[in-house]
Amino acid sequence: MLDLFDPVTLARIQFGFTVSFHFIFPSFTIGLASFLMVLEGLWLATGRHVYDNLYRYWLKIFAVTFAMGVVSGIVMSYQFGTNWSVFSDKAGPVIGPLMAYEVLTAFFLEAGFLGVMLFGLNKVGRKLHFAATCAVALGTFISAFWILSVNSWMQTPVGYEIGANGQFLPGPSWVAIIFNPSFPYRLVHTVIGAYLTTSLVVGAVGAWHLLKASDNKGARTMFSMAMWMASLVAPLQILAGDAHGLNTLVHQPAKVMAMEGHYQSHSHGAPLILFGIPNSAEKRIDYAIEIPKASSLILKHDPNAPLAGLDTIPDDREPPVAVVFWSFRIMVGIGFAILGLGLVSLFARVRGKLFQWRWLHRLAILMGPAGFIAVIAGWITTEVGRQPYTIYGLLRTMDSVSPLAAPAVGASLIAFIIVYFSVFGAGTWYIFKLMANPPKSFETAQPVEQGPIRSAGITPAPAIEGAQS
Amino acid sequence: MMAIDLTVIWAGIIAFAVGAYVLMDGFDLGIGILFPFFRVGGERDMALNSIAPVWDGNETWLVLGGGGLLAAFPLAYAIILPALYAPLTAMLLGLVFRGVAFEFRWRDPAHRAFWDFSFTAGSLVATLAQGITLGALLQGIRVEGRGYGGGWWDWLTPFSLLTGVSLVVGYALLGASWLIWKTVGPAQQDARRLARICAIGLLVAIFAVSACTPFLEGKYYARWFAFPGLLVAVPVPVLVGLTGLFLWRSIDSPRDGRPFLLTLVLFALSMLGLAISIWPDVIPGRVSIWEAAAPERSQIFMLVGAGVMVPIIIGYTAWAYWVFRGKVDEAGYH
Ligand code: HDD
Ligand code: HEM
Ligand code: HEM
Repeated sequence: MLDLFDPVTLARIQFGFTVSFHFIFPSFTIGLASFLMVLEGLWLATGRHVYDNLYRYWLKIFAVTFAMGVVSGIVMSYQFGTNWSVFSDKAGPVIGPLMAYEVLTAFFLEAGFLGVMLFGLNKVGRKLHFAATCAVALGTFISAFWILSVNSWMQTPVGYEIGANGQFLPGPSWVAIIFNPSFPYRLVHTVIGAYLTTSLVVGAVGAWHLLKASDNKGARTMFSMAMWMASLVAPLQILAGDAHGLNTLVHQPAKVMAMEGHYQSHSHGAPLILFGIPNSAEKRIDYAIEIPKASSLILKHDPNAPLAGLDTIPDDREPPVAVVFWSFRIMVGIGFAILGLGLVSLFARVRGKLFQWRWLHRLAILMGPAGFIAVIAGWITTEVGRQPYTIYGLLRTMDSVSPLAAPAVGASLIAFIIVYFSVFGAGTWYIFKLMANPPKSFETAQPVEQGPIRSAGITPAPAIEGAQS
Repeated sequence: MMAIDLTVIWAGIIAFAVGAYVLMDGFDLGIGILFPFFRVGGERDMALNSIAPVWDGNETWLVLGGGGLLAAFPLAYAIILPALYAPLTAMLLGLVFRGVAFEFRWRDPAHRAFWDFSFTAGSLVATLAQGITLGALLQGIRVEGRGYGGGWWDWLTPFSLLTGVSLVVGYALLGASWLIWKTVGPAQQDARRLARICAIGLLVAIFAVSACTPFLEGKYYARWFAFPGLLVAVPVPVLVGLTGLFLWRSIDSPRDGRPFLLTLVLFALSMLGLAISIWPDVIPGRVSIWEAAAPERSQIFMLVGAGVMVPIIIGYTAWAYWVFRGKVDEAGYH
């Protein structure tokens, strides 16, 4: 059982809480930055004002989200030291340089060009402004690249040597460390996840405004773009997830056993457990609904292949099964739901009813937050599934923690919870308020009552340029 | 004789990042600290607009300082951060409030007063915490094996409070002199008035901190009064005094950029003094930079990145400042 007065447990809760909150913002900004880049690029290429207006519309939302991403990210970069100091001392020589590269190649790029992107349209001209948007979008991707490399190295550590003082030291090849075995899968799957998350949000906002006025040009354009994204990319994401899982089976079999709920080994084809209630005491899944041999078919591509279960893993090296089992199902369930939404939208498109079918719009609204739930569930699968280690197989979580007394960690945890819920709650509320405004045909940079700098930085689309498309 | 090795270069890079952070985010935080003294409405908007496009880039130097410490001196990172758990947590939370206030105050006019308050409170807490961190480092951290060996209130002493307050005054001066540079009219007059108060405050604070340092256990005076520290020890206080004098006179001069530049010089001199006190340790009196250093492979790999990227970063940061050059008024940049 979790002991709430144990500093390790408290530190884990605090890390999981703060990083989950942090990741909510990047999973939206990575996609939104690219979306803005596409919108501005289309505007430059076609001159159609609908793109320009959508750009301004989403830019305001981007600014609020990005600010929250940055401040919650800075918390993360200090948490490694404040709460996981033994881990930092030991792994610092390997992961530290990768995170330093993230700062040097990504964070400065984003931050340096963000000011121009938000306030500079009048000052630098369209082309340079577009370049700034591209720089920010590129920065978000580079950021994901490095931090996921770090995380993947912790999951599948390679290319290191152990020093006399117990530190993990880099081996001769940094390429081996950066492109560690789980990294390519994790990068692809996470970035696609961010795109899907964004497309669901954009789609939901478009759908909401279509329900109110189905001829709103901006709402039509964003809904259509979002549905293209969802329908084309959801299948890719499922394939990527499948490949990711197969790779995990090679490197972290215990995690996959927990995901699948396989307490027992199966010598003649393992069943795919769709649902059920993990019972850790009895080491079985109660009320399981299963498809015989399907798990072996998916994981080994042979219905009769034997599959080992958690009975082959010593108890003290097992991850907590129930959490992993459920979070995995939530993610996969949402993945298929997005696929379904995409297919329905394709059907509607073929029938020419994309902007008419109100139940489709309602469905899209319902799915709006699903991406966030899926990415967090995916991370919970990943991170809880690698327990009890921080560096898989090598450094245990309980040996990674800072020498801090429980009251210190407990106090900070409470402070984080209060501050995050109130501050980011307010921010989310403001984002909802922005989304509730219908996209107008002459979108200002910011609603009029808001900061003067915005109206100076980005003027409303000049009316003289004539009819908007 | 100590040759220039990779570890020394890395100590220099981290010092540069921390220095850049102090100077650049210093004026952002300073504006936050002085915010209640600005008139509600146009003057506040103007002050915020003068930093809105650059604060994020400025803050990133803090991430480079922290991240760089982890990468180049993991042992130091692993000892210092738990030792300063409470002030660093407070700093991070302060930065959360200060960072979101830029966006939120425009989004929610009905609660603007609240977000303005949290802008100030966040800036104040973050600055105090940074100053306390400095003081706690100077007064000494208990080390056991490869970890921190003290309690979670060890950082709290009169000395660390003094350094905390000093930094608040210093950042406020940076903020005020930045506004002298970036604004005109009544706002500028207000900034001049605040700058005068802060300038006196900062000189008193520098004197007080310097006077206390010899009584800390770190034996800093031994470094100052032995060769080669002596070479610097004599001129630095003289230079501080002179700069203070010039600064005082510049506040009323028509050269609007000058007070800010002189404040930067004052900060640079103080940091130089600190560097002499601490060198060559990373945790004063306990852990030297060589004991804490990451292995050569890590250092070389990062040096390539830093060597290529830092000049580029400085380049586009300078460009971003140049785009937003000149005076701001209530309607943003001219
Ligand atoms: C919108 C987001 C999203 C969606 C729809 C899915 N995933 Fe996912 N999944 C993620 C977002 C994500 C993620 C947030 O990106 C994770 C967390 C860490 C990682 O590597 O990717 C993840 C982790 C993750 C893992 C854990 C790998 C490991 O820890 O070693 C597996 C096996 C899958 N996913 C498989 C799937 C499958 C089979 C899906 C099909 C329906 C699926 N995911 C949909
Ligand atoms: C952003 C998405 C991420 C989410 C939502 C996430 C989620 C979590 C969760 C829920 C835990 C607690 C697991 C447990 O204690 O059982 C955790 C732990 C941890 N994660 Fe992640 N994680 C993310 C990314 C990362 C990345 C990128 C890194 C590394 C750079 C990382 C490193 C760690 C560490 C060091 C711990 C603490 C030790 C542990 O309890 O495993 N995480 N994370
Ligand atoms: C424990 C792990 C993590 C740490 C220590 C961390 C650290 C940070 C820091 C310090 C910032 C602020 C940068 C600035 O000052 O501009 C930030 C922002 C950001 N992070 Fe994280 N991060 C973590 C996890 C992740 C993950 C898993 C992703 C993506 C897959 C990610 C993507 C981003 C992005 C795109 C930003 C830019 C701001 C935004 O888009 O909201 N981070 N992160």
